[in-house]
Amino acid sequence: MAATKIYVPRETAAISVGADDVAIEIARQAKESGASIELIRNGSWGATWLEPLVEVEVDGKRIAYGNVEAGDVAGMFASGLITGGDHARRVGPIMGIDYLIKQDRWTFWRCGLIDPLSIDDFRAHQGFKALEKAFEMGAEAVIEAVKASGLRGRGGAGFPAGIKWQTVADATGDQKYVACNADEGDSGTFSDRILMEGDPFGLIESMMIAGSAVGANRGYIYLRSEYPLTHSILARAIATARESGWLGENIQGSGFNFDIELHLGAGSYVCGEETAMLESLEGKQGIVRYKPPLPAIEGLFGKPTVVNNVVTLASVANIVNIGGEKYASFGVNRSKGTLAFQLAGNIKRGGMVEKAFGITLRELIEDWGGGTASGRPVKAVQVGGPLGAYIPAEQLDTPLDYEAFIEIGAMVGHGGIVVFDDTADMAQQARFAMEFCAIESCGKCTPCRIGSTRGVEVIDRMVAGDQRENNYDLLGELCDTMEDASLCAMGGMTPFPVRSVLKYFAEDFSPAVGADE
Amino acid sequence: MTHAAFSKKAATEIIAGFGSRAEMLVQILHGFIAKFGWINDDAIRQLADELNLSRAEVHGVVSYYHDFRTTPPGQHVVKICQAEACQAMGSRELSTHATGSLGIDMHESNENVTLEPVYCLGNCACSPAVMVDGKTYGRVSTDRFDEIVASLGESN
Repeated sequence: MAATKIYVPRETAAISVGADDVAIEIARQAKESGASIELIRNGSWGATWLEPLVEVEVDGKRIAYGNVEAGDVAGMFASGLITGGDHARRVGPIMGIDYLIKQDRWTFWRCGLIDPLSIDDFRAHQGFKALEKAFEMGAEAVIEAVKASGLRGRGGAGFPAGIKWQTVADATGDQKYVACNADEGDSGTFSDRILMEGDPFGLIESMMIAGSAVGANRGYIYLRSEYPLTHSILARAIATARESGWLGENIQGSGFNFDIELHLGAGSYVCGEETAMLESLEGKQGIVRYKPPLPAIEGLFGKPTVVNNVVTLASVANIVNIGGEKYASFGVNRSKGTLAFQLAGNIKRGGMVEKAFGITLRELIEDWGGGTASGRPVKAVQVGGPLGAYIPAEQLDTPLDYEAFIEIGAMVGHGGIVVFDDTADMAQQARFAMEFCAIESCGKCTPCRIGSTRGVEVIDRMVAGDQRENNYDLLGELCDTMEDASLCAMGGMTPFPVRSVLKYFAEDFSPAVGADE
Repeated sequence: MTHAAFSKKAATEIIAGFGSRAEMLVQILHGFIAKFGWINDDAIRQLADELNLSRAEVHGVVSYYHDFRTTPPGQHVVKICQAEACQAMGSRELSTHATGSLGIDMHESNENVTLEPVYCLGNCACSPAVMVDGKTYGRVSTDRFDEIVASLGESN
């Protein structure tokens, strides 16, 4: 009888709540009971609230057990884990979990499904098929497909990827680069990480598609240092791809050369800004560059460079496979395709939900997320990381759409959704926005470097009740200056969360601004 | 985590491992931190020499990034996430608990532990999150924090 396949994620969130201990215990119990098992360390499906999520394959069907602790394993074996037996932790077939099957898994479909470090498993799941198709289509047709897809930068800026690729392809120069931005620094976001840990070859494939389309033979991944497990998984995947002829010279006899260098960031948030990232890749301080020149013209080491976020790049394989028009048939308005939304903070069922644009915040937070973890009412939702506005509960019916969010003074960003319940002190959150900017500012421009520190001071005075009206006006003017005169989004968008608190939660500046007259 | 004392020979090996390329400075510094735990003045001098950079350039990079500490860390480095998703789940209270129970402020060390803030570990669906010696922990209650810290004591 063939060994029974048991899946336990090797993924940061799962391991952070005990998946490694569970895996060790499963191996031990199997040995003791004489059960023949094959333990597979898959990526995460993104149903993080169920982690550690163990699956057992029975008759080709995977049966899930959620929130498994090492202490549960002996009992699970006793109640017939190998045959998918009943147990308090049993959730049922993985393909019966609404949270997963109601998603539009276009980009993340291999995450959770496969063994991320097995290139054979990757190949068995359409791996490198898109690259082979891209070779057949030719560079121009690939860029046209990306343009037709309407794919926009998933890192937050939302710039059309196809136009960027075209610019690099058209730029003159014998050396061009593909730089993958994996500096996923926004609080509330982890989709890049889930992808890199769950489908690293998928990212490698998409980077090669980008390289072949724009004429680059060298790729860089700039990974944040807060992701050590991701680093080891990516490093192993890159080495495996090289050993099996999927990276390096004359890839699979195609005549195409491409290799990837993996770089670690060093704890600087602003290095997620594309020009600061390029500086850091060059071994320098991560200080923002003036634009123009655009990185597409003068990027890494002064050469034309495609700078794309992990999910932007990873979306491309699917676009090549299904065609740009088909991809664009998902989503709404100018927000085409899918985004991996991440439910975080005070939420009952946190995790990742890949869904076509147009879904509302309420659907994500209530239908998927199940409301707050605390069971208390939602007070505010910060979307798009530390530079994103705090959205009040009254606006939860806003559809996830780049333009619809801009209209309400917010941004979709990288799709992180951080939920706060009614115990949150929003004045403290506004102060933190300024404080974070002061800590992380690269220091190049004055409004960001100095303005953020002054912002903290002004908010402190408001909270202390010192000349509240005057300081309220002063904070508004400071926000104007930062927005208008900062070089990049760090200083330019820190006012978004601050202004949203002033607008919707002024009463949290206790006593409320304006209440003393 | 045990670190080696700084040695010129070991440093040269790390630098050579990155092809002695100046554009690998950030990566080389990570190598130094992994090996020696911190970046001292000798390290900066040697990096400048071997990478053909000025000492000011190397110092600039070292001081720019949070990861490159210029004082020796404690036996264990405990980082508590201070970013919004963790704030929504009580990271401020957890931080207050940690500084109280360890008797040190953020950026300080006692004989066993260095305590540092970190801004997002990407574990935002399991908030609050903590990283200890490079390992990420999720859903960290104050009790769980105490257990994690206590287990460090045992391993010493």
